[in-house]
Amino acid sequence: MLELFSTFNYAVIIILMMLGLYVVFAARNLIKKLVGLSVFQTSVFLFYISIGKVSGGQPPILVDSHKTEDGHASVESVQVAAAGDSAVQHSLHHAPEVLYSNPLPHVLILTAIVVGVATLAIGLALTVRIREVYGSIEEDEIDRIDYQYNLEGVAK
Amino acid sequence: MDLLSLFPSWFLSHGAALIVVLPLLAGGIMAVVPRERMAWIITFIVMLICTVGAFGLLLSVMSQGAISYHMGGWAPPHGIAYVVDALSAPVLLLISAMALICLFYAWPSVKAEVEPKKRAPFYGAFLICAAGLLGMVVTGDAFNVFVFLEVSSISTYVLVGMGASRDRRALRAAYNYLILGSIGATFFVIGIGFMYMETGTLNMADMATILDGRDGGSRVAQVGFAFIVIGLGLKLAMFPLHMWLPEAYAHSPSFVTVFLASTATKAALYLMLRFAFTVFDLSFDYVVSIMTNLVLLVAVAGMIFASLQAIFLTDVRRILAFSSIAQVGYMLLGVSLVTVSGITASYIHLINHAIIKGGLFLAVGAIWYRFGITRVEDFRGLSKTMPLTMSAFTISALSLIGVPLTAGFVSKLQLAVAVWEKGYGWGVAVILISSILALIYMGRILRVAYFDEPPVINGEVVAKNEAPLMMLIPMWTLAILSIVIGINADWVVEAATRAAELLIPVQIIKGGL
Repeated sequence: MLELFSTFNYAVIIILMMLGLYVVFAARNLIKKLVGLSVFQTSVFLFYISIGKVSGGQPPILVDSHKTEDGHASVESVQVAAAGDSAVQHSLHHAPEVLYSNPLPHVLILTAIVVGVATLAIGLALTVRIREVYGSIEEDEIDRIDYQYNLEGVAK
Repeated sequence: MDLLSLFPSWFLSHGAALIVVLPLLAGGIMAVVPRERMAWIITFIVMLICTVGAFGLLLSVMSQGAISYHMGGWAPPHGIAYVVDALSAPVLLLISAMALICLFYAWPSVKAEVEPKKRAPFYGAFLICAAGLLGMVVTGDAFNVFVFLEVSSISTYVLVGMGASRDRRALRAAYNYLILGSIGATFFVIGIGFMYMETGTLNMADMATILDGRDGGSRVAQVGFAFIVIGLGLKLAMFPLHMWLPEAYAHSPSFVTVFLASTATKAALYLMLRFAFTVFDLSFDYVVSIMTNLVLLVAVAGMIFASLQAIFLTDVRRILAFSSIAQVGYMLLGVSLVTVSGITASYIHLINHAIIKGGLFLAVGAIWYRFGITRVEDFRGLSKTMPLTMSAFTISALSLIGVPLTAGFVSKLQLAVAVWEKGYGWGVAVILISSILALIYMGRILRVAYFDEPPVINGEVVAKNEAPLMMLIPMWTLAILSIVIGINADWVVEAATRAAELLIPVQIIKGGL
């Protein structure tokens, strides 16, 4: 039971991921499919945020500025912090009382969020165009309209 | 290497970044270029620079070894490194050269198939797609791969959707591709996440070193590998995950189909090779077992079932699309053997299939351009109405079937030898059966084109109406290239062998695999 609580976030991620995928495959409405896709992608965002968490870790902000005399030194620490595991060791080495979470996965997922937004935007734009052309966003209805085309393989 | 000295030294040292950044920037500029003609000229110049650059990089890699470019001067593993080596350089040249060759064709084709005000942005989307594909191949950072994968995918959805003014089903095709493509890319990024959990790094070379030190890593790495294989499998149309491909190829503008068929799946296959053999390693049991069991199975299934499906279709573009899925099966079969000769065969087929399928789709697009037909039965008498186009189509078709003295024969022979060496006698039979099926579905088209008379419309026999010169140039370039490789394949084989030897180091071969 205790184990379930310690991996609670991963359980949520898996549930969201499966829900999202199920909706993508089961829904016959173009908008609902995109909703499913977004839920699926969001679960991955949560996954990345989870793996960046170091238990007991602080937000990775350099507060003890007296230790870094010039800008160069702070760049160095940022560079080392980007190395993942060694970031923990580094912060332990310099300041044993401060433990930082790993910021890199969070930064990565910012990129993935932007990509997700772009995908969703294109998907919605295509849905708008499909509705303009077919007058419907139900897949069954669109299949019915295109039935003759698909049967003969004739371009419009 | 005299040719190499023609390139300035700054070009070679920064070329790896240049060939990605240049089309990406130009793609952005294209959004504000008002005129189609200007857009085409800029696109052409950019792709010309990329092709020359990729050629220079290839020469440099072949004579002086791999190039590692540190983005922004940040040294790996913290910074992003762009790596050009014997595996990536030929694919870079393939992508940029195919883009350049197709661009001749784009001039008349885009005029006919895309609405006037969308033509300049169309070239912009094309440039961004090319930049994404080049970036996927050149980057040595795992997360960067995902970013470029999505850059190329998102612009591809747009390009496919542009076919709507020609065929409204392009919208549905683009939508389905978007859904499946996003799922594939998301699976891939989950895999990268697991790899980061395991190794704490994103640099591929660093990842490989750490995994090697841990003898393949824990279960986390195994799950990561599974996600990466499935994600890339969706992108490269591995057999049961191919549902997006026929629709996207059949309904998008001809130019987009040509470009996608000859580059997009190839770049994804390159990534599969890169991840399976350099990041992961053949010394890990789980990699070998997935390759020799799962990938082998889907490869053979794809070769047979996709070819069988192609026989019963009526639309030529759809037949060629299903044939592409079968050809991906050939490439995966070579990969699944996990031997140097298998990967060499797979790599040769990657290059040859890009040339063959590009040529076929170019010819079919030209036929649509003149007569607006894509059905097999409408191809009646095309050898008389479009003789030059049809003979280019025939050469490429023979190459696809694998007739001697064509590129297709070289790669199929190489693959058959590799399969035989591995001890899979039945594999040779599968290759033969799949080639016979290819003979049937391509033969159907050729029979109608050569032995039936041109149709009579309004009491008159359809007159000879050859494709414009701008379309004939790329078509014949690829057809002649296909024959040249068929007669003398040494340079392709050498490039492929070097790539394969990079993937499977010699000590592992001696270790008894």
